[in-house]
Amino acid sequence: MMLRIKPDELLRNAILCADKGKNVFTAMFGADERQLGQGYAIYVLFTDGEKHSMKTIRVEFAPDSELTYESLTPLFPAAAWYEREINDMFGIRPIGHPDLRPLALHESFPQGYYPLRKDVSLKTQVRGHREYKMSTAQGSGVFEVAVGPIHAGIIEPGHFRFSQAGEDMLQLDAKLFFTHRGIEKLVEGKTIEEALLIVERICGACTVANTLSYCQALEKLTEQEVPHYGWLIRMLLAEVERLYNHVGDTGNLCAGLGFSPIVSMGSALKEKIMRVNEGLAGNRFLRGVIIPGGVRQNISMESLEELKITLNEVEKGYANIVELLENHSDFLNRVKTTGIVRKQTALDLAMVGVAARASGVAVDCRRDLPYGLYNTMDFAVPIEHSGDVYARLLIREQEVSQTIKLLRQIINELETNKNKKLSYEKADYRIQEGSWGMSESARGNNLHWLMLDEKQKIYRLFVRSASYPNWPALTMAVQGDIIPDFPLINKSFELCYACMDR
Amino acid sequence: MFKLLEIILAGKIKTEPINNMGEKNFRGELELNPNDCIKCNKCVEACPTGAITTKNVTGLPEIDYKRCLFCGRCVESCSKEALSHTRRDAAPILTGEKTTPIGEFIKNKIGRSLAIRHLDAGSCNACDFEMGALSNPLYDLQQYGMHFVASPRHADLLMVTGVVTRNLEQALIMSYEAMQEPKIVMAVGACPISGGIFGETYAIVGSLDKILPVDIVVPGCPPRPAAMLVALAAAAELYAKK
Repeated sequence: MMLRIKPDELLRNAILCADKGKNVFTAMFGADERQLGQGYAIYVLFTDGEKHSMKTIRVEFAPDSELTYESLTPLFPAAAWYEREINDMFGIRPIGHPDLRPLALHESFPQGYYPLRKDVSLKTQVRGHREYKMSTAQGSGVFEVAVGPIHAGIIEPGHFRFSQAGEDMLQLDAKLFFTHRGIEKLVEGKTIEEALLIVERICGACTVANTLSYCQALEKLTEQEVPHYGWLIRMLLAEVERLYNHVGDTGNLCAGLGFSPIVSMGSALKEKIMRVNEGLAGNRFLRGVIIPGGVRQNISMESLEELKITLNEVEKGYANIVELLENHSDFLNRVKTTGIVRKQTALDLAMVGVAARASGVAVDCRRDLPYGLYNTMDFAVPIEHSGDVYARLLIREQEVSQTIKLLRQIINELETNKNKKLSYEKADYRIQEGSWGMSESARGNNLHWLMLDEKQKIYRLFVRSASYPNWPALTMAVQGDIIPDFPLINKSFELCYACMDR
Repeated sequence: MFKLLEIILAGKIKTEPINNMGEKNFRGELELNPNDCIKCNKCVEACPTGAITTKNVTGLPEIDYKRCLFCGRCVESCSKEALSHTRRDAAPILTGEKTTPIGEFIKNKIGRSLAIRHLDAGSCNACDFEMGALSNPLYDLQQYGMHFVASPRHADLLMVTGVVTRNLEQALIMSYEAMQEPKIVMAVGACPISGGIFGETYAIVGSLDKILPVDIVVPGCPPRPAAMLVALAAAAELYAKK
């Protein structure tokens, strides 16, 4: 369903579309459609979990009209970063936005430079200067702690500015997008196949999720259907991706408080799964299997056997980890009531994934906007209510067993399925029509929106990873906790930088 | 506490020797059977990063592992099944003037441990996770007298992942400048080596050698942890000579 409106009607229609919070604000992005004989556009997406559908608002800016509209952020806090990004990339300005600092483009980019406009060249590196001011708290005795972008460990780059009163964190501002590569611009004009390899490499830990969202967006533009067996392989990979992430993240959470034995156990278990990945897909990050229309290679029975054995080992090893953590009073003391995100905050920021489910918001697009064969599978969406580090750990613990359960069902079907058709042969995709695809990554739902041009090449691709809506929540979660707890809180979210920054 | 010890002892996680062969089905180094190749150039066309060329005397495809993503598109396109993936990792390549052969692992080459600093210059995080895996009990990097350090000031070797983005260019240069002489730079994965699948954009400066002198590169997308270990061994040898 798509609603086409003028810029001054956006706020009113967004309120109607949200229907008192029944429909969840999901994403917002711009597009330069001047080459299609139109002007600029802003798309706003709302998820209707009950009807399992997506509502789209398309704001149309008449050619040569003023590029402003009334900001959604005061009423939809979740829109804050999206509006900043649209302002960065297209120069479409939200009036009344409380914090219109740059987001993705840092100091080396000049003012008034809007890279996603179609008349800006892809490869020209326009240099200049813009200000990027960190947001800090003021007051007597308040001081700042600056961390990053290069951190002490092997993690991705981001700059954190803490405003401190002694050990207490009063405020945290995160400057991210250091790994911004301009992927959305890079894929424009590329063929579907060329773009696929780039999409696969947006993020390592969310490879399958990104590829699956991209492929689904395309597949909505054709009448062809992905074969049953192709979906089974896709889901197998998606669940294995969730499993290795959750297992690794559980271990890694303990690195946030120096509980080394568990870090080692978690990383050794994860390594086991990564090696199975190699046998399943030929690549430890499961690259090179999923393509539009299905999958490009079958899973060998040998690697499937290997996976079955590994699932048993992981189940046992993970149960050991859980038992150790649950009976360790010092550990529990650190994780309980630390880094709380309240339910209302989770709703306001339209959070997704593990972090949302730990704060009492049961969102999971495998159930809410079902794709593939998930509606025929038996799995539960766990939910916790305390919103702290402990709750996020509990969600991961429960999801590990749900995922193993799902994997066993999928393996069983793979083995008994007679029709081993991997993908549809060839498809013509409808052009100049927006299409979305969503999949549930280990961090929450991952959304791709795309439009093809008349040559069946990418006209616009928008990528919103699960980390995007959750990053602002992390800065809320730390308030009032002490700074030594930051690594722990951060690791309990375990957000990606790469697929958010793009 | 006792439970913890019990599980650690029962777990029997053992460090493994370096194994440069992946699992069955792993897409590693390519192998060409020259007798079967009909020089149809389909692999050249299929390669997304232009890693395959046939402009040599033989006219047979030649693979530049600095660009290769190990995506398998060339093998798929081959009309005669002359190209295939082996399970081997592609070997690290020394760049610059040094031509030290990469031998077996050399312990205590430099008389003390080698300090490594990781730097993400704009990666997709796959290389970073593999680098993190080096510290897991199965690879146990420390056993070879190498370890990751928290500051570039303490590092002998800078291990760079990712294509260099505009937003990280300054941090990259400052980290390099903070290191003491002698220093070694390693590019990990196709992105910092050649720009990989990304190349250049308004937000990407490009491959690492545009910014810093690169001493050694590890092919892969991403390279497996074992391949990184072999490259680190070569780097230790290189460092000893600097």
